[in-house]
Amino acid sequence: MKSYRLQLMVCAGTGCVSNHSFEIKDALEKEIAKHKLQTEAEVVTTGCNGFCGAGPLVVVQPDGIFYQMLKVSDIPLLVEEHLLKGRPVKKLMYVPPKEEAPIPKMSNIPFFSDQTLVALRNRGMIDPENINDYIARGGYKALAKVLMSMTPDEVLQEIKKSGLRGRGGGGFPTGIKWETCKRIQSDTKYVICNADEGDPGAFMDRSIIEGDPHSVIEGMMIGAYAIQNICEGYIYVRMEYPLAIKRFNIAIEQAKEYGLLGEKIFDTDFNFDIKVRRGAGAFVCGESTALMTSIEGNPGEPRAKYIHTVEKGLWDKPTCLNNVETWTNVPPIILKGAEWFSSIGTGDVTHDAWGGSKGTKVFSLAGKVNNTGLVEVPMGITLRDIIFNIGGGIRDGKKFKAVQTGGPSGGFIPENLINLPVDYEELTKVGSMMGSGGMVVMDEDNCMVDMAKYFLKFTQEESCGKCIPCREGTKRMLDILENITSGKGKEEDLNLLEELSNVIVESSLCALGGSAPNPVLTTLKYFREEYEAHVKDKKCPARVCKQLLTYTIDEKQCVEVGHGCGVCKKNCPDNAIIGEIKKAHHIDQNKCGKCGVCYDVCRFNAIRVE
Amino acid sequence: MPKLKIEDLEKISDEFKRTMTVREGGGKVKVTVHMGTCGIAAGAREIMNTFVQQIEEKNVKDVILTTSGCAGLCSREPMATVEVLGQAPVKYVDLNSEKAKKIFEEHVLKGVLVKDYALSIGSERIQ
Repeated sequence: MKSYRLQLMVCAGTGCVSNHSFEIKDALEKEIAKHKLQTEAEVVTTGCNGFCGAGPLVVVQPDGIFYQMLKVSDIPLLVEEHLLKGRPVKKLMYVPPKEEAPIPKMSNIPFFSDQTLVALRNRGMIDPENINDYIARGGYKALAKVLMSMTPDEVLQEIKKSGLRGRGGGGFPTGIKWETCKRIQSDTKYVICNADEGDPGAFMDRSIIEGDPHSVIEGMMIGAYAIQNICEGYIYVRMEYPLAIKRFNIAIEQAKEYGLLGEKIFDTDFNFDIKVRRGAGAFVCGESTALMTSIEGNPGEPRAKYIHTVEKGLWDKPTCLNNVETWTNVPPIILKGAEWFSSIGTGDVTHDAWGGSKGTKVFSLAGKVNNTGLVEVPMGITLRDIIFNIGGGIRDGKKFKAVQTGGPSGGFIPENLINLPVDYEELTKVGSMMGSGGMVVMDEDNCMVDMAKYFLKFTQEESCGKCIPCREGTKRMLDILENITSGKGKEEDLNLLEELSNVIVESSLCALGGSAPNPVLTTLKYFREEYEAHVKDKKCPARVCKQLLTYTIDEKQCVEVGHGCGVCKKNCPDNAIIGEIKKAHHIDQNKCGKCGVCYDVCRFNAIRVE
Repeated sequence: MPKLKIEDLEKISDEFKRTMTVREGGGKVKVTVHMGTCGIAAGAREIMNTFVQQIEEKNVKDVILTTSGCAGLCSREPMATVEVLGQAPVKYVDLNSEKAKKIFEEHVLKGVLVKDYALSIGSERIQ
């Protein structure tokens, strides 16, 4: 086969694709052809590289040179200088915040060097639409190993020993889930991959499916073999992930062509097939029982789980559901062994499956950090390491305030807990959770009341409505928060919020209601003084809640520096600014709608906000 | 497409090994062709093409081929550096296609230094 001396790995994750990475790919191919380098350099599209904030990006191998924020107009220079003349182009490289010297090699950039890749082991290395790439990196070897040399029970024991726990939110020990499902007598069982990733700003699972779909298929197959009597598997992908659905379907087709899905796999008696189901667009369908109801063709609503889904799940048959990241972790555990896996992470799982957090976790790092993107870190790493080393610290030199982990219903963790090790137990102890891996960083400019309101609004809208405490309780909580942020809050509201939260947590069927009040509870716990400033002093310390702000004009600055330019007056939608050109202007507080337009348009720093 | 047998997994891995070596930046030997303006003018492209052909012809999987700018000794171009993993890099000067072929067969594949074409062993120190 043709061998190239250069491999140009173009990121084609959704983030980079929306930043025109396919145009970058076309431009690269065009320029390469122009310089007659097409026999030397191959352009490969990969799944998400992880450093989404730096996209669109290209990594030139074998030297591992990392190019970021590329434009089509940069490509002629890149090809001529680097590919033809062998001079990597400094001005297209990554420069760490507050520094001047670029870092040429991807492996030397702290964002990458501090990560540990297990679930994302193939990221940026393979073309997700080519099964041979996956096989060349050791793919389907774990499947071959279990079918040839391991009994289903041995596979099960290996997963149990590894300490792998569910990566979708609950953190349930995977081995125990498989074992329970296996123990139930039935000729027909199902395995499901939950890819209904709905947390705002979280995209771990999407990236895995887009970048390495076969790893999910292989994991599910190993699970099906261990549990036995599985007739087929389903993957439930949310409708908003068209690229993931497309690539997963391609992967299934290719696996079928190779006979890796279907009957008598590797000439054994093991049969397995996977069907793709598109999610119906509701957040609650990420909840296991709602998801199964949705696959059955009914409206996605959770049910009480006094009978677990491993006993009666899809079509009332025993069903083992795991999340994308969990399934992806299975093949390396089989290939490298449980001891290897359990050597990463915290705690001890030899006698108690809940006794530790093993392996790695993928987080989508978002918000006010310099390096936003997808990071995979060993369990037990501190929040500080993630935010300040990998994330590169807070943007624009601002002060860190809080981090929210675990998606919209995760809690807010304040600055004094920044050295907290990230594992299932520690996060739960401080009122937050691992969740599926959202991580939103907030700085001094974020109002905690406003943030809690934002996330509660999301869960309130996504409540399916089945349980009254969740449906009505979150609505009332949201009303109270609206009042507080618009200056109509009362002191007793804070206790009422806590009371409502506790009722909702205790009386909702599923985890949506059970965790929706977390943002409010944790901000009340760690940032109570901010709530008090809103209700007592009617002030928003972070100057976010507009209704609580007062806009005034510094008349001296307005006349002396701005010469009464009148731009604010012209732009004020409420006609609240009075004044004449070359004279001091002022704001009529009765008319002011607090929109902030005057602040934005004033070029002379004359508008004061308090 | 015929149904895959277990041994086919190895075959596919082997077939793609060269590509993966390049992508992983690994490999036992790294060959650098110096492609500054001086090198290109003196015929570095031909040297590069020779190495590419050799890799393909001999189906070599764990050698990576890369380029760099001018090595500083413009009068002795075209130049190439061969670095066997764990050993000091060796610089070759005044190359042509024949010499490059010999270096590939002897040094890159067998690990035997081609003294006649070599300039020095080791790299200059960077202060």
